[in-house]
Amino acid sequence: MDVLDLSRWQFGITTVYHFLFVPLTIGLSFVVAGLQTAWHRTDDPGYLRLTRFWGRLFLINFAMGVVTGIVQEFQFGMNWSAYSRFVGDVFGAPLAMEGLIAFFMESTFLGLWIFGWDRLPRRLHLATIWLAATGTAISAYFILAANSWMQHPVGYRLDPVSGRAELTDIWAVLTNSTTLVTFPHVIFGAFVTAGAFVAGISVWRLARGKDVPLFRVSARVAMAISLVAAAGVAFTGHWQAQIMTEQQPMKMAAAEALWEDETSAGFSLFAVGDVERGRNRVNVQIPNGLSLLATDTLDGEVEGINDIQARYQALYGPGDYRPVVGLAYWSFRLMIGFGALAGLLALAGLWLTRRGRLPASPWFTRVAVLGIGLPFLANSLGWIFTEMGRQPWTVFGVMRTAAAVSPGADVPEVALTLVGFTLVYAVLAVVEVRLLLKFVRAGLDSEAGPAEPVPALSY
Amino acid sequence: MELTTVWFVLIAVLWTGYFVLEGFDFGVGVLMPLIARDEAERRAVVRTIGPVWDGNEVWLLVAGGATFAAFPEWYATLFSGFYVPLFLILLALIVRGVALEYRGKSDSVKGWDRAFFWGSLGPAFLWGVAFANIVRGVPLDSRHEYAGSLFDLLNPYALLGGAATLTLFTLHGAVFLALRTEGVLREAAARVARQAGLLALGTGGAFLLLTQLDSGKPVTWGTAAVAAAGIAGALAATARGRDGWAFTANAVAIAAVTATLFGNLWPNVMPALDPANSLTVANASSTPYTLTVMTWVAVIFTPVVLGYQAWTYWVFRKRLTAG
Repeated sequence: MDVLDLSRWQFGITTVYHFLFVPLTIGLSFVVAGLQTAWHRTDDPGYLRLTRFWGRLFLINFAMGVVTGIVQEFQFGMNWSAYSRFVGDVFGAPLAMEGLIAFFMESTFLGLWIFGWDRLPRRLHLATIWLAATGTAISAYFILAANSWMQHPVGYRLDPVSGRAELTDIWAVLTNSTTLVTFPHVIFGAFVTAGAFVAGISVWRLARGKDVPLFRVSARVAMAISLVAAAGVAFTGHWQAQIMTEQQPMKMAAAEALWEDETSAGFSLFAVGDVERGRNRVNVQIPNGLSLLATDTLDGEVEGINDIQARYQALYGPGDYRPVVGLAYWSFRLMIGFGALAGLLALAGLWLTRRGRLPASPWFTRVAVLGIGLPFLANSLGWIFTEMGRQPWTVFGVMRTAAAVSPGADVPEVALTLVGFTLVYAVLAVVEVRLLLKFVRAGLDSEAGPAEPVPALSY
Repeated sequence: MELTTVWFVLIAVLWTGYFVLEGFDFGVGVLMPLIARDEAERRAVVRTIGPVWDGNEVWLLVAGGATFAAFPEWYATLFSGFYVPLFLILLALIVRGVALEYRGKSDSVKGWDRAFFWGSLGPAFLWGVAFANIVRGVPLDSRHEYAGSLFDLLNPYALLGGAATLTLFTLHGAVFLALRTEGVLREAAARVARQAGLLALGTGGAFLLLTQLDSGKPVTWGTAAVAAAGIAGALAATARGRDGWAFTANAVAIAAVTATLFGNLWPNVMPALDPANSLTVANASSTPYTLTVMTWVAVIFTPVVLGYQAWTYWVFRKRLTAG
């Protein structure tokens, strides 16, 4: 493996790992804020107990999201210095805005929320969790604006002398059509994730039989959130796919293993491809499905891999412009599949708990707990698809990934950091899961955790 | 003022904010095993920074992001060139952050306390090493890529810089703890502050003197003097039990050290051993358009951030005791 491969693995591992925590943080922060609002409005101590229970789990997760996020910001400089030099003028702006506008807000108000239970007036304390939650969403917006610019560069020009990308229109970058569909897609995905997490744990607690009314409430609320959000993910995903067909046809073609330009293209359900020859050996399709999805017409034309490859060679010069087709194809399919399953599971859960019922069968408990993993898989596969589908470009049509890597980095250094981050992340994953399990087992009234006033300290 | 100068100053301000704020965080981490004897005291020590440390660390993230936006060449050269030290800093910040969040939730805190100590000591030392190298100049090639090795960064002058920031931040943590606690903890913190203050005066003084002799300007002789006076003031105020003044004086000292380093740097952002390859505010910067956009963002949001962060310190202003 060379520096490029190692740097790509490092970026992939650290990013996918970071994004295990991010959606849960975003979704759960709003769930906790909602529960605390319910307590504030009704004065029902049950909501306070729920707020604190889910708040503890939220904080355990938030910590991991924060510390892994620090790595993300510096990796561009460490491993991708050529990229940073080339696009810093454009890409740095949303990144800096994320820090100044969102990070300060999240961390400061979360600190106030954690330690402010007995120091702030009740209304003000409620405001702090809403501000922290809003911060997480703003943060997602800016980072997605930065990422979308790599998918679909707008609002810039290439300087003929320095060869660098230069920002010409910040509004174009912040209102990039790609950003505007990606942001709701990611936020809805975050709510599916939080919904499945809260629902799965609530159902597990229900099976244990303590605080049944409260966990029934949180299970049903979470399932409703998941279901609505899953519909949102599907709609925004559809728009995203249409924009992608237009802006990154190669990614769409790879996602569908569509080799030649086609009108009335079918939506592939299962394909075995032969990448060498540029065709499929097996392909089970829904007729006209892809044309309908991509163009809203039954006979719309969708571009195929081989034809795009030929066009790109004419446009960008010789080279292989195909991403890893099998990876794009399966990550796209599995993303949709796992996301859909999460939605169906929420629907089934709502049906089983309707009119005051409790899920009777132990198998549903097991499925609901396993179901926690579904959105995480869908989120990760979604990012793998988005980023791998863009290859060989790092900035689509403008800069190739191979040209973006730090020229000064050497194999031992990058290998050291790759192994170092991976090992530390692995250990922390074990720690986090054990800690989550500890507090889930402890149930609603665990006295540990900073959401409780600490009795050992007096002011 | 030229926008590149504005952004050079802003980035210096962000680093100043970072060192002044996370400086005492780091110091608290370094001092915890020295000052706290039992779990109740350790909890009180951690709790002094509990509500604020995460917000303090964001100053680093914003300094990094602002450097990326305003001086992309500087960002690229610095973080790819100082690859291994930065990796160590990142690892330290990861385990430290997790330790701070998880120690109160775990059954066993021993491991977390170790992570908190090393995770605080490592960056407190390594930031000094990094900045000493930046000010002294490093080998850069014509593409502004770092051309040296890891061991070039570990020269005696840089290690002295590391010792200077480590002792200075330790002193900062001590005067902060003295300000934020009561009883035995406060006495212990004040005692350590006196020792750390003498060490900081020695190493910091030697480091700044060498820096001034090498690349000093008339104005930075002034800031270096302020730094020394600040440390001395912190010592004097601690001796009289004026904890607020001690912390203020030391915060001024840290700000003055940062000002000295950045003042000596300007108009370079990263001088090269061969001056032809040096990165300057002019050749490392973004376009005037980007700088204008970012200036507006900074003008609007910086006061807001300063406002709510200051409010946080106000909310948690009461002293803590253990037990």
